Amino acid sequence: MQQLETASSTAEVNQFLSFTLGAEEYGIDILKVQEIKGYSAITHIPNAPPHVKGVMNLRGTVVPVVDLRAKFSMEPVEYNKFTVIIVVMVGEKIAGLVVDAVSDVLNVAASEVRPAPDFGARCDTRFIKGVVSINDKLAVLLDIDKLLRDEDVAVGA
Amino acid sequence: MAKTILIVDDSSTMRTMVSFTLQQAGFAVVEGSNGQEALNKLSGQRVDLIVTDLNMPVMDGITFIKNVRSQAGTRGIPVLMLTTESHEAKRREGKAAGATGWIVKPFHPDKLLSTIAKVLP
Amino acid sequence: MQVDLSRFRETFFQESAEHLAEMEAGLLRLDQGAFDSELLNAIFRAAHSIKGSSGMFGLEDITRFTHALESLLDRVRSGEVAITRKLTDLLLRSTDLLRELLAAGSAGAAAPTRMEGVLEELCVAQRAETYLDDKPRTRQTDHAPASSQAAAYRVHFRPPADVFLQGMDPLLILRDLAHLGESSSAEIDISALPTLGELDPERCYLAWNVRLETSKSVEEIRDTFAFVEDGAEIRVDPEVSTPVAATPGPAPSAPAVPAASRDASIRVATSKVDKLVDLVGELVIAQSMAREVVENFSPARMSQLQEAIAQMERHIRELQERVMSVRMLPIGHIFGRFPRLVRDLSVQLAKNVRLEMAGEETELDKSVVEQMSDPLTHLIRNAIDHGIEPVDERVRQGKPEQGLIRLQAFHQAGSVVVEISDDGRGLDLERIRRKARERGLIHGDEPLTEAQIVDLVFRPGFSTADQVSDLSGRGVGMDVVRKNVEALNGTVNLASEPGRGSKVRIQLPLTLAILDGLSVRVGAETYLLPLVSISESIRPRPEQLKTLAGRGEVVMVRGNALPLLRLHRILGVPTDVDDPSKGLTVIVEHSGQPLALLVDELLGQQQVVIKSLEAHYRKVEGVLGATILGDGRAALILDIAGLAQMTRRAAGSELAA
Repeated sequence: MQQLETASSTAEVNQFLSFTLGAEEYGIDILKVQEIKGYSAITHIPNAPPHVKGVMNLRGTVVPVVDLRAKFSMEPVEYNKFTVIIVVMVGEKIAGLVVDAVSDVLNVAASEVRPAPDFGARCDTRFIKGVVSINDKLAVLLDIDKLLRDEDVAVGA
Repeated sequence: MAKTILIVDDSSTMRTMVSFTLQQAGFAVVEGSNGQEALNKLSGQRVDLIVTDLNMPVMDGITFIKNVRSQAGTRGIPVLMLTTESHEAKRREGKAAGATGWIVKPFHPDKLLSTIAKVLP
Repeated sequence: MQVDLSRFRETFFQESAEHLAEMEAGLLRLDQGAFDSELLNAIFRAAHSIKGSSGMFGLEDITRFTHALESLLDRVRSGEVAITRKLTDLLLRSTDLLRELLAAGSAGAAAPTRMEGVLEELCVAQRAETYLDDKPRTRQTDHAPASSQAAAYRVHFRPPADVFLQGMDPLLILRDLAHLGESSSAEIDISALPTLGELDPERCYLAWNVRLETSKSVEEIRDTFAFVEDGAEIRVDPEVSTPVAATPGPAPSAPAVPAASRDASIRVATSKVDKLVDLVGELVIAQSMAREVVENFSPARMSQLQEAIAQMERHIRELQERVMSVRMLPIGHIFGRFPRLVRDLSVQLAKNVRLEMAGEETELDKSVVEQMSDPLTHLIRNAIDHGIEPVDERVRQGKPEQGLIRLQAFHQAGSVVVEISDDGRGLDLERIRRKARERGLIHGDEPLTEAQIVDLVFRPGFSTADQVSDLSGRGVGMDVVRKNVEALNGTVNLASEPGRGSKVRIQLPLTLAILDGLSVRVGAETYLLPLVSISESIRPRPEQLKTLAGRGEVVMVRGNALPLLRLHRILGVPTDVDDPSKGLTVIVEHSGQPLALLVDELLGQQQVVIKSLEAHYRKVEGVLGATILGDGRAALILDIAGLAQMTRRAAGSELAA
């Protein structure tokens, strides 16, 4: 489990949890993150969209697991014991996001966030809050609410 | 030593509320849901005051009061009747049967306590 | 001293609901012709109780209404007002209104406007007596009206001779009198005292003259003698001529009772709670035993550990059952309003119907009971509307004039069964078939078994009512009944004998959240099937497997062709077992129809706790819920009805392709 440090909040600084999918770096609002889990058995759900991998047992509650690689139409990878699941809470609903690895907690000033480019982004720009430059790399900040509420996924519909 | 009050009423809501009020004020409370039950309770323990409804099944209030007054062990116990506004005749009947006083329903719990204070030394 | 009664509001409403039910039951019996004074007294007492308690909470509308009701009932039981149909009608309508008043009072809403009209009727029904404008003189105030000047009074008090026999001690009155005033002095008058020989110790011969200085009013002074006024000599005369202007202070308003919304709650027998407490205690003991073994473990103690754990399991299981049983309510809870419903409907539809109920004490989970209310109501309406024939038709058929509807509930092998039967005309199969064809539910002249025709009644959009009668045709249909029952993991079936009657049989699981399941393997996944739907499981021989034109794959079992559902296909799970004769088919029942489900392997029976899938995801067709298995994995619990639906659709699209 990761240690999540709290920020000394100055105005306009938000915290994001960054993680990797393939070669890309992404971030989601830390306030939505409930916990980070190692991989646990996922039970298949019949006739679900391809990015809804199934459900898992989170301390007695059954929550859906979304594979972000599939959602962004990337190549699937084999799940193993190093796979990480980020448990997020959107509204009243809890869901797990399968990612390759978790990187860091980023303190991002609102001024540093640039709007998403119209092209070249792997994922649908609907789900992007913006991009931010970290150590020469570009991290894509995701709007996790939109992503999970998306009709496509229909999680929490 | 705490004084004991017997509350007789077939409504469990009423009994619960009266008990609560009396216990808060430091009284010990015994309950009966009709006259017969109340008499049974009286035969088993000492009671300093009786508060009784008049309209009850099995044995109604008036009969109960008459019984209380006719038994040596309970003759002198002050009895307060729970009466309703319009039934003045009932109240007189109760008095004639030997009731000490009355409380008109609906009553505020404070009124219950102050009326009790009037008849309990 | 402030006493806060608001915590008792909830109890008041619960108790009043019970009193109301008593009143209604009594009035119905009265309506049926039963008459005895004890019945009338019981009805009166119920109204009286509600009135008395409502006043304590400042529910003036309820107090006012029940007062009028009580006055009328009083006259009825004293014989001054005759019991007629019109009267019982009025009284029953009043109980309806009272029910609404209680609901409004509980929600803090205003009383229904028709209250005044009914009140008026109640008064008129009392005939002679003018309605006493009895706005409850709220709480006789203890707060003295502010009066500024202290004045002196001379009070003469001779108690009635029998004051002791009334349990009153005159000294207490004098004490109260003294408390009223700033100063007082008393003088005893023993003029009436006889000699010792003549003295009766139980009579009072004494009198007192009291000089009292007080700022209280004459009224308040006289008030101290309230209990002994009859038969006593009381004089209160001001000593000083200045009249004490007793300006009555504002009466204190009734204690503000917040119109709080009620939390859902249940009444539980204390014995149930006691047993739970015991069980938890035993569980704690078992657990500490297990802990002890673990802390001082040696291989030799393995069996002890196993025993300790087994014991914990037993206690936990029992605890589970008992906690669920806390939520159990007798189904009589909802049966209660049916006699009234039947009576009203019979009158409305001009039919003669009697309702018999049995098994009201049968217990079910609280929410199941609540959700059964609408379906049962609909079924009873149906029975009266469509089932029971009008009197002349019944007579023509040699049936008794009065139709009978029987409502029965009982436990049967881990389920609760509710049956509604009537001795009416039964189902007209031809008519059903015709209507189904008209509504496009079936096509052509395909052969249908009787059971299948009957089942058509449950299809959405079906109604054989010639006119959509206001009662049964309105939006609720048999399909909704079935949906409601199935949502509770139950089943509903309909059987009938033309001309003799019909019977609806509803089977419900005893508890909601725990399911007895059969776990099966399909590919790498484990699923649970509700045991209650399963009849048997077989490994079919190759010759039992056929494919029928228009029907798809079937398994022949004892001469019947059962549709084969390949779970691996429906659920989208890869498996090696493609040949049903190499796997297992579990025969389940759905809507009176058997189905065969193909699985890889049977794993075993287990009782599981149903976890919601919708809580964090959404409803999935074919899936009833999820559960956590012993190894921590989540497993889906399958919904037979959903699976059948999915298969039908797939078959339909295959045919279309």
